Amino acid sequence: MKPESIVPVTLRVNGIEYSLAVGQGRNLLGAIRNEVGLTGTKEGCDDCECGACMVLLDGQPVNSCSYLAVQAEGREITTVEGLAHGRDLSPIQAAILEAGGVQCGFCTPGMLMSATALLDRNPTPSREEIKVGLGGNLCRCTGYGRILDAVEQVVSIG
Amino acid sequence: MSFTIATTIDEAVAALAAGARPIAGGSDLVVGARHGKVPLPDDMVAIDRIPELSTIDRAADETAIGAAVNHARLMTDPRIVEEFTAVADAAALVGSPATRNVGTIGGNVMNASPAMDTGAPLVVLGASAVLRSSAGERRLPVEELWAGPGATTATPDELCVALAVPNAAGRHGSAYVRLEYRRAMEIAVVGAAASVTLAADGTVAAARVALAAVAPTIIEVTGLGELLEGQTLNEATLDAVAEAASARSQPISDLRASDHYRRHTVGVMARRAVEAAGRRATGEQIAVPVNRALGIGAA
Repeated sequence: MKPESIVPVTLRVNGIEYSLAVGQGRNLLGAIRNEVGLTGTKEGCDDCECGACMVLLDGQPVNSCSYLAVQAEGREITTVEGLAHGRDLSPIQAAILEAGGVQCGFCTPGMLMSATALLDRNPTPSREEIKVGLGGNLCRCTGYGRILDAVEQVVSIG
Repeated sequence: MSFTIATTIDEAVAALAAGARPIAGGSDLVVGARHGKVPLPDDMVAIDRIPELSTIDRAADETAIGAAVNHARLMTDPRIVEEFTAVADAAALVGSPATRNVGTIGGNVMNASPAMDTGAPLVVLGASAVLRSSAGERRLPVEELWAGPGATTATPDELCVALAVPNAAGRHGSAYVRLEYRRAMEIAVVGAAASVTLAADGTVAAARVALAAVAPTIIEVTGLGELLEGQTLNEATLDAVAEAASARSQPISDLRASDHYRRHTVGVMARRAVEAAGRRATGEQIAVPVNRALGIGAA
């Protein structure tokens, strides 16, 4: 096997540019956690199934475990660390706390990113549309009801 | 090893001629590599920033769907939903919002999974893959493109640039349904697409049915013309469709279903696809995807 080539890449994460050198096959999740140093984004299944690694790429949800870091060059990456403004939580962050939509918390960053993308493209989703919007995010603490409640809370506050 | 980002088709085709492999969203390629199924290619050219690959162009007689059009757009684009509804039904069932954002129709077609969702719709709509290389361009009916699981008849230097689909004419409707065990991040246990054109008197003027996940490639149910043309869609003719689809299937047993179960259920899916396509042909609006609108698949 040939040694993996190292490629320069500039990742713009939460508005800040990071000039990195990453392996050509490096996934975006690894680059964000290990090179950029933001560990809010989680590795769950590492197989594009569970959604714990969800980030936004130009505002759209992407499973960062299964996306090459080099493909994110020049795109706007948003991680869970980018949702709050200082100490002010984003509406969905505040709602998920209030609704009790967090148990172990491992799925929470991914849930927040998918919910943020959903609410950006449809500010008034129905409960059914919320389920579809969070369809790629698994919670193993059986907390779906309260997570859905949290998104509905944001919708009702408007 | 190399990784380049192409911004024109010519650049991408030149990279393929030099031995690179194309990557759009990477949802099959990267996941496959991380599984250890197939290592990532040494040389890759990214094709997700080529504007010409992301257009949906309607000409007088056909519509060219750019290979890099993603599933999220396929399921909502008014022209696709209106005219090539089965493709929208299929795109809406793929993965999750995230996978629908990165997954493209060209990737779905060229990955050549026997369980691909957009394949059966493209067959019944008479689509051709438009393949470009430095030597020029050729078109291949999609059913001649697939050679087996993960294999196509395209040469390594050919880039799929679009899927060309004849525009719908007359009282036409199409639909894709699949058996699934869950509603997200699922692969078809079996699937079926149908395209139905009705004559003025309400009888079937033309019909095609294709099946997913019951053979090494997407397959078409042959001989449907004799069964359906000139007939109305009723219990007896729909039973005949189901029987023909089951007879045509050559499924395998794997952890998701036995061959016996697949052979039976693909008939049920074919029947429901024809029924939904026929209803759409009358002008009835059935929301995309049919699976949700008619309560087929996972509850």
